[in-house]
Amino acid sequence: MRTRHAPKFVRRLADRIAGSEPGSGDVWDAIQLARHPDRPYPLDYISRLMPDFEELHGDRAHSDDSAIVAGVGRYNGAPIVVIGHQKGRDAQDRAYRNFGMASPEGYRKAMRVMELANKIGAPVVTLIDTPGAFPGSGAEERGQGGAIARSMQMMLRLNVPSVAVVIGEGSSGGALALGVADRVVMLENSTYSVISPEGGAAILWRDGGKARLAAAAFKPTAANCYRWGIADAVVPEPDGGAHRDPDEAARLLDGYLSRTIRELSALTPVERRRQRRERFRRLGAHREAAGAGAAMMSPTSGAPS
Amino acid sequence: MARRQISISIDKLRGRAEAPAGKRMPVDERACPRCNSHFRAEEMQRNLRVCAACGYHFPVAARERMDQLADDAQWTELWPDLRAGDPLRFVDLQPYPDRVAKAERSGATEALVVGDMAIGGHACISAVMDFSFLGGSMGSVVGEKFARACERAAERRVPFITVTASGGARMQEGVIALMQMAKTIVGLDELHDAAVPFIVVLAHPTTGGVWASFASVGDVTYAEPGALIAFSGPRVIEQTTREKLPPEFGLAETQLARGQVDAVVDRRQLAGRIGRLLGILERPAEAPGTLVAQLAQNGTERAQRVAQALPALSRKIVDGVIRGGHAR
Repeated sequence: MRTRHAPKFVRRLADRIAGSEPGSGDVWDAIQLARHPDRPYPLDYISRLMPDFEELHGDRAHSDDSAIVAGVGRYNGAPIVVIGHQKGRDAQDRAYRNFGMASPEGYRKAMRVMELANKIGAPVVTLIDTPGAFPGSGAEERGQGGAIARSMQMMLRLNVPSVAVVIGEGSSGGALALGVADRVVMLENSTYSVISPEGGAAILWRDGGKARLAAAAFKPTAANCYRWGIADAVVPEPDGGAHRDPDEAARLLDGYLSRTIRELSALTPVERRRQRRERFRRLGAHREAAGAGAAMMSPTSGAPS
Repeated sequence: MARRQISISIDKLRGRAEAPAGKRMPVDERACPRCNSHFRAEEMQRNLRVCAACGYHFPVAARERMDQLADDAQWTELWPDLRAGDPLRFVDLQPYPDRVAKAERSGATEALVVGDMAIGGHACISAVMDFSFLGGSMGSVVGEKFARACERAAERRVPFITVTASGGARMQEGVIALMQMAKTIVGLDELHDAAVPFIVVLAHPTTGGVWASFASVGDVTYAEPGALIAFSGPRVIEQTTREKLPPEFGLAETQLARGQVDAVVDRRQLAGRIGRLLGILERPAEAPGTLVAQLAQNGTERAQRVAQALPALSRKIVDGVIRGGHAR
């Protein structure tokens, strides 16, 4: 059912890459591509897809988090809300953007702008690219956990159509906070994982240097995520990766977004919310021990990972 | 349920002072890591695994916690047969199925136990995490059980109580474990629609994806004394930011001061406190009209969702029935 909504070329691409099992080296290459310093970030896509864009700032409670950009723009003749993790391009910019690691203020800004989307009936597009939510004592004190949880809650309850696009690396709850959408899609060279390879290596191998091993174990590529039902579609990138030709990358994303938003807009808000719940409700890989078949209960069934 | 305080003999106090470091304790004793008092296994259990000398809260296995909370320790476990799959065929220092098998040998079957019980005479559904099972990590089974528990509580319109103790999402299930965070939030939305209260008790430790999903959105949130409650643990923060954290970082008492929890509740008062809260939150029986009206309102959207999910044919039949029962 998840492929039904994807444009044909996206489905073809997904089927093509899903057919081959990537080796661990390929996984590491994918992670390097997903983190490529020249890779387009949300503001790069926004400037190409919606020249009329008003960025909004501040969570109206504490401060403005520059690791998250959010605002309202004009897209295909209608208002649209875009929210994304913004990484920095050079050293100074990276520090200013906190490497795309959001604080509670960032998620609260996101929620505030989602409220606006709900009010004016604008679809919400999120662009995910983060190594994780910011781990700092200040962020903790200001409710990092609750901010992530409430952002998911808010996305789940949106009346308007929503599309989450993993454009780079999507790691941990910091990514998922913007990921509970009607459609979740990944760019060809993006990754989506429970934790960054370095973080996983530190926990499981007790050695942050074992990131390659962790990456091979997590297999967080777009093709795998599509296979597991985490991603509804994989959007192709220009040859060599999105950084080679950001204009073309934006054009390819545009094709998918326009069509998907149109499809989603045809549904009633109630139906969208029902499908959105159902989509996340069924994700999992468990079995009933008493049942003899030990069948997987999800789109992961039959997934030869 | 009788809860006797226990006293510690002088012998024991003296014994602990003389015990050489690293000496292996007899299996029927537990030493308090804070004040070093020793207890017998049955003393520990009777005292709800709280140190009688200094109030230190030891970890509690999920099923024992259920006994502690339920009136007369009577409760029925739901969905005990759910087991983890291995979607990623995950191997770190050992294969994931081996880790699960080893954890199962400790007596727990998963990191979340769900049960049907009454607390203080109020029927409820409880979901308790077990830190001893793979660090209480949230994988597919935890997510599925939690969602089912929410749905059951919503269906029966009884409060839902959860006790958390978890390191976060289960690494070995990769991104599928991450998605369980969203799944628990979906479950809670069912509770929300059914206007059913959700009470969270944060035990030590509640971190990562569990704190960043269902654990932080309780209608009422209690924490056990000394529990570490954080999205990122102190080690991660110190490594990433080179901050030097104070010893009280992330502790229940700190989180209370920071407005993240409603109260810090001693485990020996916990069941009583929850029972009292459930009594306060209970809808008055003498106003059935209001209740019905409210439920009807909450139910409208659900009914619409159900109707839309029905195939066209059955919808036609249902429509006929609704229009006066003459369509047959």
